Amino acid sequence: MTAITVAGRGIVGRRRARAATGSRPPRERGDSTRSFLITLITVLAIAAFLSPMLRSISYSLKGIDQITQAHSPLYPADPVTFSYQGQDLPLMNVPLPDGTTRQLALLEPLRRQSTFVDPAAPDAEPIVWQGSWRTLEPVWQFAPHWENFAKVWDLIDYPRLLFNTVVIAVISTIGTLLSCTLVAYGFARFRFPGRNLLFTLLIATIFLPAAVTIIPTYTIFQKIGWVGTWLPLLVPAFFANAYDVFLMRQYFMTIPTEMDEAAAIDGAGPFRILVSVVLPQAWPVIVAVAVFHLVYSWNDFFGPLLYTAGKPDIQTVALGLQRFNGIYYREPGLIQAGTLMTLVIPVVAFLLTQRFFTRGIVITGVDK
Amino acid sequence: MVAPSVARPRTLPRFSGLGWRRARWGYVFIAPWLIGFLAFTALPMIATLVFSFTNINLTQTEPLRFVGLRNYETLLRDRQTWTSLGITLKFAALALPVAIVLPLLVALLLHSRHLIGSGFFRVLFFLPYVVPLVATVFIWGGMLNPETGWINGALETLGVQNPPPWLEDPGWVYPGLALIGFWGIGAGVIVYLAGLKGIPTDLYEAARMDGAGAWASLRHITIPMLTPVIFYTIVLSVVEVLQYFLVPLVLQEGTGEPGGSTMFYNLYIYKNFFTFQNMSYGATLAWLLFVVTLIITLILFGTARRWVFYAGEAR
Repeated sequence: MTAITVAGRGIVGRRRARAATGSRPPRERGDSTRSFLITLITVLAIAAFLSPMLRSISYSLKGIDQITQAHSPLYPADPVTFSYQGQDLPLMNVPLPDGTTRQLALLEPLRRQSTFVDPAAPDAEPIVWQGSWRTLEPVWQFAPHWENFAKVWDLIDYPRLLFNTVVIAVISTIGTLLSCTLVAYGFARFRFPGRNLLFTLLIATIFLPAAVTIIPTYTIFQKIGWVGTWLPLLVPAFFANAYDVFLMRQYFMTIPTEMDEAAAIDGAGPFRILVSVVLPQAWPVIVAVAVFHLVYSWNDFFGPLLYTAGKPDIQTVALGLQRFNGIYYREPGLIQAGTLMTLVIPVVAFLLTQRFFTRGIVITGVDK
Repeated sequence: MVAPSVARPRTLPRFSGLGWRRARWGYVFIAPWLIGFLAFTALPMIATLVFSFTNINLTQTEPLRFVGLRNYETLLRDRQTWTSLGITLKFAALALPVAIVLPLLVALLLHSRHLIGSGFFRVLFFLPYVVPLVATVFIWGGMLNPETGWINGALETLGVQNPPPWLEDPGWVYPGLALIGFWGIGAGVIVYLAGLKGIPTDLYEAARMDGAGAWASLRHITIPMLTPVIFYTIVLSVVEVLQYFLVPLVLQEGTGEPGGSTMFYNLYIYKNFFTFQNMSYGATLAWLLFVVTLIITLILFGTARRWVFYAGEAR
């Protein structure tokens, strides 16, 4: 008797999750101060937790001028200039002897003293200011550089990477759904000698380090000419995996067998019962497995690294991003734009289906 | 190992003619996994062991043959192996508490009846879990940048004079990597939350009648009732952290920089079989990792009897 909770890729069966939601105790009156405090703590925690994302978004919109400039604002901005007699002069925050700070355009930068033009009165005599202009802060204005995304789109050949990633994700998800449905149905509905042992073996593979199987697998794929193709990423998906089989089996076990039996009496065979009786009742787990596998395949880095290295034409978005970083690491704006282009699809897929993720997400099968 | 739900000790049923026909269908349905298990797990495992006694590599300049224990002798003398194993264990000591305790704290916060909008926050805490690893590494790489990163920006604002160089320093790189690991807590949070929801409320009511405060409830009800989930999280986290290498692989392109400090054990395996194409030595290293993982896992399962509490056991 062991609790099996599959991190990340599991679910609680829908029925079980619904039964369990009742245990969160109701809020009581007079608790508003505590509510406020705890909610505030949570807001601060989540702000810190997601702040790297915010930085990435900000950087993805910054121009290279701002990135190379120390003490520039956190938000994407450009230095403001003032057009004076056909020249674009940088606008600076200049502290004046009378204690005020004014925004003046730098006309003649010199080491000891500089000359400024007042944009409010450009025709007046230029102002001479004592001190090094390098100590002055430029004036910044919010200016998102959307073109970073367009640049990355072309530079890494994003449409090609996107196509590769989608094709691999879709085919391997179909393979996973087909194979895991069959295997889960076999474990959930049939009795056969060795079933318990085989199921234990299946679960044990979750705990097996990948390193202990990867070397011969890679060697064989190399010998039969599959390295440099998508086959090593697609074919194994058609042979089921422990997480998704476990998840589907747990769900199938919650579906009553009476309808199976009725269909069997009417002469339906096991395949027919699976397709016509069990699957129509199991769509939540099918959607869950489909989304889990799509996200998994999208995010996979090691598989494509092993099997598509050196072949940019067949690589996925994740690998393309790493290659891009190797070339353009001096332009953090572009790197962060590429990063966001890599994560947007799995994140949106999660947000759209988060009910399946969270309303069930993990099998906490405290099963007997 | 794990005893899943059907593994109740019982005698095998006798199979009559009809039973056998059903049983055969069972084998037909699990066949995809059975074939896959043989082809992609069982046989490769055996092959890994066999490889470790040969001189196999992808270039194969000398003829393929058995070399006895030569790879294991190399292993014993190879200082990098033991350095890498040490790095992995050192990082595990730092990262495991983060992977086990932090999700629990977040789950307790999200489960609090005082929290408004719990579902919304749960989605946000889970969100980074679906961000691709490469993206996570580049986002955090920027965040931890000593000059332009927001972490050091925040530290400087708080008055820290010389904020750490994080990923650029052999000493600070491990806390830096552990921080990157924060974004992986989503799954743990969801698992703990499901565990918390499974605790019957009448236990808390009974405790309150007996005069137990919040802390006593946490210590004497919540934690003991969660031990199966905690145990599962520990086992899975241990297995995962022993295999840790993808973040440094992306971050430093597998060079082990700074100063060899990120040459994790699994990265060293990867270097051997992928970069150097030395399959036999890679397999030897992999087999050692398997044995280490197995021993630690078995020890964990051995201790489980003492502290993991299964509510259904007395029934």
